[in-house]
Amino acid sequence: MTQVITCINCPVGCRMTVLLSDDGEFLSVTGNTCPRGASYARQECTLPKRVITAVIPVEGSRTPLSVKTSCPIPKAMIYQIMGKLSTLHLHTPVTSGQVIVRDILQTGADIIATRSIP
Amino acid sequence: MTIRNVDVLVIGAGPAGLAAAIAVREAGIQSLLVIDREKEPGGILRQCIHNGFGLHRFQEELTGPEYAQRDIDKAHELNIPIECSTMVLSVSAGRCVTCVSAAHGLQCIQAKAVILAMGCRERPRGALCTPGTRCAGIYSAGTAQRFVNLEGYMPGKRVVILGSGDIGLIMARRMTLQGAKVLACVEIMPFSSGLNRNIVQCLQDYGIPLLLSHTVTDIQGLNRLEGITVSEVDENRNPVPGTEKHFDCDTLLLSCGLIPENELSLGAGVILSSATSGAVVDETFETSVPGIFACGNVLHVHDLVDHVSEESYKAGLSAAAFVQDRQADCLYFSVRDGSGVRGTVPQKIHRNVNAPVTLMFRPAGVYRNSSVVVECGKTELCRKKAMIFTPGEMSLITLKPDMLTSLESDTLTVRIERN
Repeated sequence: MTQVITCINCPVGCRMTVLLSDDGEFLSVTGNTCPRGASYARQECTLPKRVITAVIPVEGSRTPLSVKTSCPIPKAMIYQIMGKLSTLHLHTPVTSGQVIVRDILQTGADIIATRSIP
Repeated sequence: MTIRNVDVLVIGAGPAGLAAAIAVREAGIQSLLVIDREKEPGGILRQCIHNGFGLHRFQEELTGPEYAQRDIDKAHELNIPIECSTMVLSVSAGRCVTCVSAAHGLQCIQAKAVILAMGCRERPRGALCTPGTRCAGIYSAGTAQRFVNLEGYMPGKRVVILGSGDIGLIMARRMTLQGAKVLACVEIMPFSSGLNRNIVQCLQDYGIPLLLSHTVTDIQGLNRLEGITVSEVDENRNPVPGTEKHFDCDTLLLSCGLIPENELSLGAGVILSSATSGAVVDETFETSVPGIFACGNVLHVHDLVDHVSEESYKAGLSAAAFVQDRQADCLYFSVRDGSGVRGTVPQKIHRNVNAPVTLMFRPAGVYRNSSVVVECGKTELCRKKAMIFTPGEMSLITLKPDMLTSLESDTLTVRIERN
């Protein structure tokens, strides 16, 4: 089977056609104009990953806490992670860089505070 | 009224103002003050919680608050005073800055040099001439971003976004992740001005349709927004009758362009460019008013904060040099936009310049396999090839001082040419 994707590495935005086996294994890619496109196509069609950012309410602060995942997580788990974040109850103070959740949902990614709330 | 004196006053503590202030201090100026109307420094980056900032400058993908914090920490390290919750009311051509705050009341700050770093504003509904009722539920994308990311409020549940600039795309994803349903992103042009990365990761990832060559032709709702009508447009951007689609929604976000915020600059008599809506500057970022400098999004709208920081640092060095009385020659080249080029900054360059000058501009359309060429009359000074130029991405080309010697004409032209 084939999948058509847009490369995100640069403004050219190559339209790439990826050939996959019936069980989803990456076979080949055409339409890319550089090697970065090929490696993006392989990752994107086998296990697409994203860094997720969000805000979480903090008791004692009007401003919510902004957070990110410490590394890209599988795209298919975005909503599960957002669901998990919505169950957290945080208190001040929080420091930028602080780990809020370690190894969230066994993804290997930590949830990290990206701002401080004194 | 309190009267104070400083050598350099920076208006705005966003990425531009902070980078400029750091440069001023590093150039050896002791008497320096930064003021900002918000209650914390950091500017718009405070609400840009997504990642992707700083790739050029730090070779890292930081979130907005993290990028801002690096400059705030540096400013603190250099003991740069930042006065927040302070609103500037006016700037005079004589560099007297009138401002007001709860802490100091009304003040007049007399500066030897002023750096304008006030950033930009979003184009509002009134400037779009969109028909329909004046109901609640219509926000600029940046206002919605502030509500969600800084104030902790969701502006609505069923959302349509007009305009596919990067802020609109980013907000499509934010609203979706925080639980809203984003029905469509509507773009009047046949292409998006947003980055490919954002179209893929903010729209396609969440199955949000991008309707190109479409616009909002009606807005319904008495008190709160109840629905909108979207129509296809022809090549002249006129709606095509019979193509109307209805969306039931309670929120419309507008992401239809950014405009440098220059009310203060105009009051000081600073001449603005019709192409950029920012000040006309030379390569030192000095405006038409001596001792008043401009940098960042108040000068011209950037795509990358990395470029804002770099430009503003140079502006800070220039302001410091002005105070230290190192005056340059006043003979200039003027820089003109040629075919395919819009809004080149700086608009003038000292003839005796002794450092490289980076020209920044926006391509007027999409050009593949083309080159940007800088010419003086029939003499070609330099050229740079690219696989693609798009209006969504600011382009840069650097002139070396030796390219500018023994030229006969005093006009430089920047244009795009197909290979």
